[in-house]
Amino acid sequence: MKGAGAPATRKRRKLLWAGLALPGTLWLALLFIVPMYVVFAIVFGQVDPIFRTPLPVWNPVQWNTAQFTDVFRHIVGEDGYFGPALLRTAVFVLSASVLCLTIAYPVAYYTARLARHHRNLLLAALIAPFWISYMMRMLAWVNLLQNDGLLNRALSLGGLFSVNIDWLNGRSFVVVLGLVYGYVPYMILPLYAGLDRLQPNVLEAARDLGAGRFDTFRRVTLPLSRPAIVASVLLTCLPMLGDYFTNDLLSGSPSTSMVGNLINNTVLTPGQTGQAGAFVLLVLVVSLVPMIWYVRSTRAEGLAA
Amino acid sequence: MITAVRRWWSNPWRPPRVLQALTAGYLIWSLLPVLIAVIFSFNSGRSRTLWQGFSFRWYWGDPIRSVWHDDSLHTALVHTLVLGVLATAITVPLGVAFALGVDRWHGRLPEGANIVMLLSFVIPETLLAVALLFLVDHVTTPLTLGTSAQVAGLVTFQLSYPVVIVRARLLTIGEQYEQAAIDLGASPMGAVRRVLLPMLTPAIFASAVLVFADVIDDFVIVRYLSGGSSSEPTSVKIYNTARAAPTPALNALASLMLLASFLAVVIGLLAYRWFSRGEKGANGIKSFADGL
Repeated sequence: MKGAGAPATRKRRKLLWAGLALPGTLWLALLFIVPMYVVFAIVFGQVDPIFRTPLPVWNPVQWNTAQFTDVFRHIVGEDGYFGPALLRTAVFVLSASVLCLTIAYPVAYYTARLARHHRNLLLAALIAPFWISYMMRMLAWVNLLQNDGLLNRALSLGGLFSVNIDWLNGRSFVVVLGLVYGYVPYMILPLYAGLDRLQPNVLEAARDLGAGRFDTFRRVTLPLSRPAIVASVLLTCLPMLGDYFTNDLLSGSPSTSMVGNLINNTVLTPGQTGQAGAFVLLVLVVSLVPMIWYVRSTRAEGLAA
Repeated sequence: MITAVRRWWSNPWRPPRVLQALTAGYLIWSLLPVLIAVIFSFNSGRSRTLWQGFSFRWYWGDPIRSVWHDDSLHTALVHTLVLGVLATAITVPLGVAFALGVDRWHGRLPEGANIVMLLSFVIPETLLAVALLFLVDHVTTPLTLGTSAQVAGLVTFQLSYPVVIVRARLLTIGEQYEQAAIDLGASPMGAVRRVLLPMLTPAIFASAVLVFADVIDDFVIVRYLSGGSSSEPTSVKIYNTARAAPTPALNALASLMLLASFLAVVIGLLAYRWFSRGEKGANGIKSFADGL
């Protein structure tokens, strides 16, 4: 409800709020919405025959789908060399998300419901990875997983065996574990926030009515925490779809490349910029439904609060 | 023996040892590798895996390869901090104004703007980076690849943080203070400036600190929008050299970034306490953290 007062004051206040919101809105329109349109213009545009640079076509009527269908044909079809990378992305992201959830849920549950004495210290330690750059965390693992790194040295048990496993050379599980390591902090905090909001009397009521510990968890806690689980899985899954640097750092091989690598390898290559744009559109379409789902659930929460 | 274990297991009041062990294990797995990397930045030899003694060689000692003397590392460090300051200085005012406007203005346009803002929060960063690269390359804008494009991209990506934080805070504050101010004769702008903004200082400082720490660690956007090696920040330097047998100078560079984030938090906290000196209820860390 707007404040009481003469309609003139109300109009002035409306202008004030509109004026405050305007710079940010303009910024987002010019630097978020317009670039998306430029991507469309490039994917559905032409390619300069000599320089192989992309020529954007601004009028939607003149859009030509040649580049897009070309990419599509190479995904599904006899010549589908993009297909494996897309499938691999889905497998990697799915397994990494499941692993993240199995790690994040117990930690978040403990922090939200059971940690009493050191809760603030625990929260600070859980938030710490946000202050540590992603690159540094991956660099730390590259150091550990090198041929002469600490992991191989620890496995050799101080000289008993000679362990010289090449961890950083095209191993899928190393990439998946790297993704888990990188993104699990992003899952813990929303889960913690959601679990913190659970009312303890509901759980106590379940126990009072005779349910055992695991029964209470399965039939009361888990269903009640479902919105938090969905939100945190989305918040973790979506950035993973654009990830290419984890694969580049932890596995130099194209046999573990993800769709982010497909984008990265083509975006600056002459003649293939349109392909990069096509992949961007593809990932955008795939992630649009989860993104909108997340936005709607956040807004519903905001309205209900 | 078995009955003792069974009795321990079925005791509903026992401390949750399993979960405690899991959490401790997670924290060690999460933080120990980084701690080791920081420790090896003080290595006196060239190895990043074999400890050869303590020294500051890679920070300023080594006349060629230390962070202080190596031009490329030095440039990267300075450029990262410049990006951090510029991006934060633009994002926070823009975001706070946007939050205030969208929260109080009712209608379709602010609803749409809010949705776009939330989308910019949750979109995979690579998509935004590529889209901005296309924009700068093919549309005549005042932006050029390098610092200007990087700052613009960073602000777009980070804009949602102050907005989300400030709106959460506005929800808690409510409209009554402004109403009271207007009833007492303040203009709408004056009510915002003299009543609402001071109440929002924890949220504003918290979002500034958050945005700064996020910007100096950003990788995808700054890499695509960089104009050459002189506008490559430290994250790109680490990415370029991590697999190519670097010296511990890289560890030193990363540790300096850690220090910068830590200092940002401390400075933010101190600035908040200085700005809210004399206020009741602004009791330091707790209310600062509440701003988050």
